[in-house]
Amino acid sequence: MTAKTIISRPVYGTLSPQPGKHHLFIADAEGALAITDMAGKAPPGFFDGAEIVFIPGGKHIAALEALKPMQLHIAPSFASLLPRLKQMLTNAHMGLRLYLAGTEGLIGQAMQVALEAGIDHTSIETEHRGSLARRMQCVHCKGITENVTTQPATCSHCGLLLLVRDHYSRRLAAFQGVCINAEDRSESPPIEEAFP
Amino acid sequence: MSTGTTKLDVVVSDVVPVNDLVTRFHFRRRDGELLPTFSGGAHVVVEMRDGDRTRLNPYSLMGSPLDTREYTISIRRDDVGRGGSLFMHRQVKPGLEMVISYPVNLFSLDLRAKKHLMLAGGIGITPFMAQTSQLAAAGGNFELHYTCRTASLGTYADVLQQRYGNRVRLYHDDREERIDLERLLSSQPLGTHLYVCGPAGMINWVRDRAASLGWPPETVHFEHFAAPQPGAPFDVTLAVSDKTIRVGEQQSLLEAIEAAGVDPPYLCRGGVCGQCETNVISFDGKFIHNDHWLSEEDHRSGCKIMPCVSRFEGKSLVLER
Amino acid sequence: MGITFRKETFRDDFTFKNSPEHIRRFPFPFNEDAYMYAVNIEPHVVGPKGSVLENLIDVDEHYVAEMQDRALVLAEDPLRCQSLPHMTLAGWDLLELLMEQQALGYPEHFTLERDGDRWRWINRPLGIDDTFIFGDTSTLPYGPMEYITRQSQGDFCILDQRDGNLWMDAGMVTTQADWSLDFDIGMNFFEWHAPVPLAHEKGIFTRALKFLTNIQQGKPARRLNWTMTINPRLDTSPENYHKWGPDRATVTPENVGDKVHLRVELQSFWRLPRSNAIVFPIRCYLIKMDELVTQPKWARRLHRVIRDLPEELATYKGLTRYRPTLVEWLSKLDDGSPTSPGFGPD
Repeated sequence: MTAKTIISRPVYGTLSPQPGKHHLFIADAEGALAITDMAGKAPPGFFDGAEIVFIPGGKHIAALEALKPMQLHIAPSFASLLPRLKQMLTNAHMGLRLYLAGTEGLIGQAMQVALEAGIDHTSIETEHRGSLARRMQCVHCKGITENVTTQPATCSHCGLLLLVRDHYSRRLAAFQGVCINAEDRSESPPIEEAFP
Repeated sequence: MSTGTTKLDVVVSDVVPVNDLVTRFHFRRRDGELLPTFSGGAHVVVEMRDGDRTRLNPYSLMGSPLDTREYTISIRRDDVGRGGSLFMHRQVKPGLEMVISYPVNLFSLDLRAKKHLMLAGGIGITPFMAQTSQLAAAGGNFELHYTCRTASLGTYADVLQQRYGNRVRLYHDDREERIDLERLLSSQPLGTHLYVCGPAGMINWVRDRAASLGWPPETVHFEHFAAPQPGAPFDVTLAVSDKTIRVGEQQSLLEAIEAAGVDPPYLCRGGVCGQCETNVISFDGKFIHNDHWLSEEDHRSGCKIMPCVSRFEGKSLVLER
Repeated sequence: MGITFRKETFRDDFTFKNSPEHIRRFPFPFNEDAYMYAVNIEPHVVGPKGSVLENLIDVDEHYVAEMQDRALVLAEDPLRCQSLPHMTLAGWDLLELLMEQQALGYPEHFTLERDGDRWRWINRPLGIDDTFIFGDTSTLPYGPMEYITRQSQGDFCILDQRDGNLWMDAGMVTTQADWSLDFDIGMNFFEWHAPVPLAHEKGIFTRALKFLTNIQQGKPARRLNWTMTINPRLDTSPENYHKWGPDRATVTPENVGDKVHLRVELQSFWRLPRSNAIVFPIRCYLIKMDELVTQPKWARRLHRVIRDLPEELATYKGLTRYRPTLVEWLSKLDDGSPTSPGFGPD
């Protein structure tokens, strides 16, 4: 059973250079390729005002270095990056543009921090690259399960079997999971690989 | 169901000259009740009955939204316009009974903003009078930059400086004082929203600079009611109501449609709200579009017109009204 | 004289019932023998005496019991009432609207005294008499939205208007028909309606949004929506779906009349004056089949509507499991004779 796609499902675009002097890129793994692809369209000197924060996966660091950004920061995980990101946004000025590229989980979580800092989601450039694995919030116990690849999926907190809906919350950076056999707990639908 | 606003029966309770060009008008309800509460940035449409002619012009409410005993508006005299401001300045005296619309806000504060940066030019100060009152009462973070021709034409500059001290900066054209826009826009904290109200040239200048400095469009708010421009008379066929009308030199197309007994919905009468958008069935000639509502594509296609501010020159125009 | 408030429950032993007068005033949502999702918005003006539209904010015999049920839900799950930081002003707007309307419609039960910004609010059914400063949150035991919506029937969504869209940035939602405020808060109009089938393709939400963003102060609008619920349960939240979902499998030909309830939402839309936000009260009315079929016209019409409902809508409304049982039961009350136009009973 697969939920049909719906309008709250995030739509990702292709990164494109925005006007302004300060540009902050946050990417993981193959998201680096979205940045290097965009570099071809950027005006001269664009990366002089750019900071790239990269969570590695694969070998993309050299390609990012070659762009000669004002700053390139390598972080081992999103969690380790969080304090730095929050501090950067607290001190930033209007005119800073944000670019997010890579897995859906990274884009969602970085956007969540940006929204809290007062950046409107419509002004953020996004490009999805890599895994389709989802962050899922269990609507029943509110726990978040990371890297969900199956449909349905088991909540890692309360253990209910959940239908992973396309309904997505930017505020929670998560898809909604709803108990799939609530009406008759003896039903056990097959579990299939859905978000590789 | 049509939209539009409810009317309020009011009486002019005071008329106060502010300077050589600007006069302030106070309205109270005829039945002595309180007026509806409003939000900073709201306007009302004032009905001006001038002989057999009725003009309907929008004006920003400038009083504190916390005080609803009376509404106040300030009107700059325009000696070459279509006569609305001259009517108000010359004919409207305390005690006159008038009709105004319920308040409508098309220039609302974004209350998520971490800071509100306001840029006013000339009589464009009026919506900020209400917005600063609202924000000050709630402890909001704002800064107002106000450009006027001379100190004596700096309408309410003294009041604002007295109320808000150095949160208000003045720039006088006659002293060649200019806003350093690049510096101002580059030094605002993330989460700031920008509001601009003033002449069209100023609005365009600020919007362009903000866009090129990386301000996303949803953080830049502007209010510019286009006043309907006079022009050569033209004839129009209203297909639905089966009428042919003539739009006079000093009349807007919307006013001419209304004079023929057809009432399209409206809120702003200034080319902003989109309510009176009208489909064109056929035309032979050229449109003079003055609105901020339709897209450029709509303007080029000749399929739509905003009758509140736009005109037509040519042989024939048939509208779906 | 006033309303006699019933002592009843919406959980556990489910003692909820409508009095005969309340059956007749039930806002039956079908004005013809078929249903298709539609916007059907009309001006929210006062309707006939004795109807749910007699006052623009309706208070009925279930008031006290519903407020007790709300308090229970909030104690279990405080996330059902949330307000993003910029929505406090809209909360004060809503407090003013609900106090004014309830005091106007039911002076024997509610009194509002205003002396500048010093207000006194007396709510006799709930035994509340509070004096506070309008605009000063520290003078109330809760935020303004939570304070007044703990004393007002129905769910409330407050929508901030920005960039030509409406954003669900605050709400009190404890009697929802299967949607989660905690998940949807912060979403725009299209996003939170995303799970509704068929309507997006028809452009219904685009037209509805255009209408709603132009709602003017002093000119509220309304529409009806409906679904069905097993047992008179107000809290059919997705949070608790695993708890109430099994109810749907308990419908039998013997208990349809008592268990199956038509659930009608009277949604109204109001422009709020200070914040320029829109509030969207969703007032829920429940009626069990046994009560509904006391009006023969409603019995015939409901049979035809449920029988002919498109499959997607039946699934969305969660009727799939018990629809055949319900249709079979209703069919015995439908002799095929015509029904008169309009909503009301004959």
